Amino acid sequence: MAKVGLFLGCITPLRYPGIESSTIDVLEALGVEAKILQGTSCCPAPGVFRSFDQEVWRALGARNLALAEEQGVEILNICNGCFGSLSESSHQLREDPKKLEKVNNILSQIGKKYNGTAKVRHFAEFLYRDVGLENIAKRVKNKQDHLKVAVHYGCHFLKPRMLKEIDDPERPKILDELVEVTGAKSIPYKDKQMCCGAGGGVRARTKDVAQKMTIQKMENINEVGANVIVDVCPFCHLQFDQGQEEVETKVPVLHLSQLYVLAFGLPKERMGVEAHAIPVNF
Amino acid sequence: MSEEGEPKLVNPEFTKEVIKRGADTITLCFQCATCTGGCPSGRITAFRTRKLMRRVQLGFKEDVLPSDELWLCTTCMTCDERCPRGVKITDIIMTLRNMAVEEGHMAEAHKRTAGMLIKTGHAIPMGDKFRELRKTLKLDEVPPTVLCDPKLYEDVVKIMKATEFDKLIGERIDG
Repeated sequence: MAKVGLFLGCITPLRYPGIESSTIDVLEALGVEAKILQGTSCCPAPGVFRSFDQEVWRALGARNLALAEEQGVEILNICNGCFGSLSESSHQLREDPKKLEKVNNILSQIGKKYNGTAKVRHFAEFLYRDVGLENIAKRVKNKQDHLKVAVHYGCHFLKPRMLKEIDDPERPKILDELVEVTGAKSIPYKDKQMCCGAGGGVRARTKDVAQKMTIQKMENINEVGANVIVDVCPFCHLQFDQGQEEVETKVPVLHLSQLYVLAFGLPKERMGVEAHAIPVNF
Repeated sequence: MSEEGEPKLVNPEFTKEVIKRGADTITLCFQCATCTGGCPSGRITAFRTRKLMRRVQLGFKEDVLPSDELWLCTTCMTCDERCPRGVKITDIIMTLRNMAVEEGHMAEAHKRTAGMLIKTGHAIPMGDKFRELRKTLKLDEVPPTVLCDPKLYEDVVKIMKATEFDKLIGERIDG
């Protein structure tokens, strides 16, 4: 199994640090050789910074990728945004020698170089492919059969399909399987693959639009009586956790790593649910 | 903007510039509107992806770059997934947004987010509440990112200077 360096990003360490501690504990419980990738910056975020200036977005992305190469690890993302950004920037740099040369000229000013070898991974995809459902199942101590889960994939986990090559973005099953291995039930709901509303700089610029999308998703989630939302992205997590103010039946939110803390019987206090706006009482 | 009844100002150089910046799949769009049909933002706003693509093809620069609609895409990539012509719609929108920012069209909220990256190397601030929570969770009080070492932050600043991002955003913030 590959050695992985956990890429922290921004929202996880600075808003939901419980996702960070849960991921560390879960990876350890599964026997994964993992450490935190040291010295990283923002990925930089695909919705805002890539929209503003793709030159700086690629160059800062390349610095993060170079750090993974130096530290001899594959980059493990617990955020769809970071995963999307680093997958896309590394793809562009591998495909276009001119862009790579330009970026490496910039990186040389700080004594770094991006060689194009850093592997960009997503936590959920890594668990599914490298650890495997069978090994995860063996670790499940507390069956989560009380949970009726609205699985939320988010957008940058599976799309673009040709770049990510993880699952069919229109009819995926990977995350449903990762959830159901805990004994929880993944409940189908209308427009399950729809965006949470936060991405693309929309939450920052026009919060009401982001909010309307979240409310649409929540109507569909409440219609089927789900009692928890499970995500694999702290930005979707934030949008669902903080975007339900106007929703009557509020549904708590868990990152996949936090669900596994419950299922594996790991210390619950490391889930950091005190950061959540909607109380988590599982 | 042209006055009512007069033809719109067509700027073929604008289309050429978009293509030159790598968004060349714009020429493949045949206006089927599959993109609009699947757009979650378009369901609740006036944003119409197909129209945006057409305006770029026709060179309606003044309709596109200053518009608010350009910023209603959440980059969910549903349109990219479904486009029968392989138009890289989200990439095109990214290119257009970069051009809009260069021309000075940038929302205040986005200037603040950009300013945060310049100031800290991260997109959001730290805050005492989360510092405390990190301690409770037995994590490093300050995450081991550029936040923990001024020298690492300096490296990030050098990159932002080399790409003139600091200048671009500074000019937007100043005025």
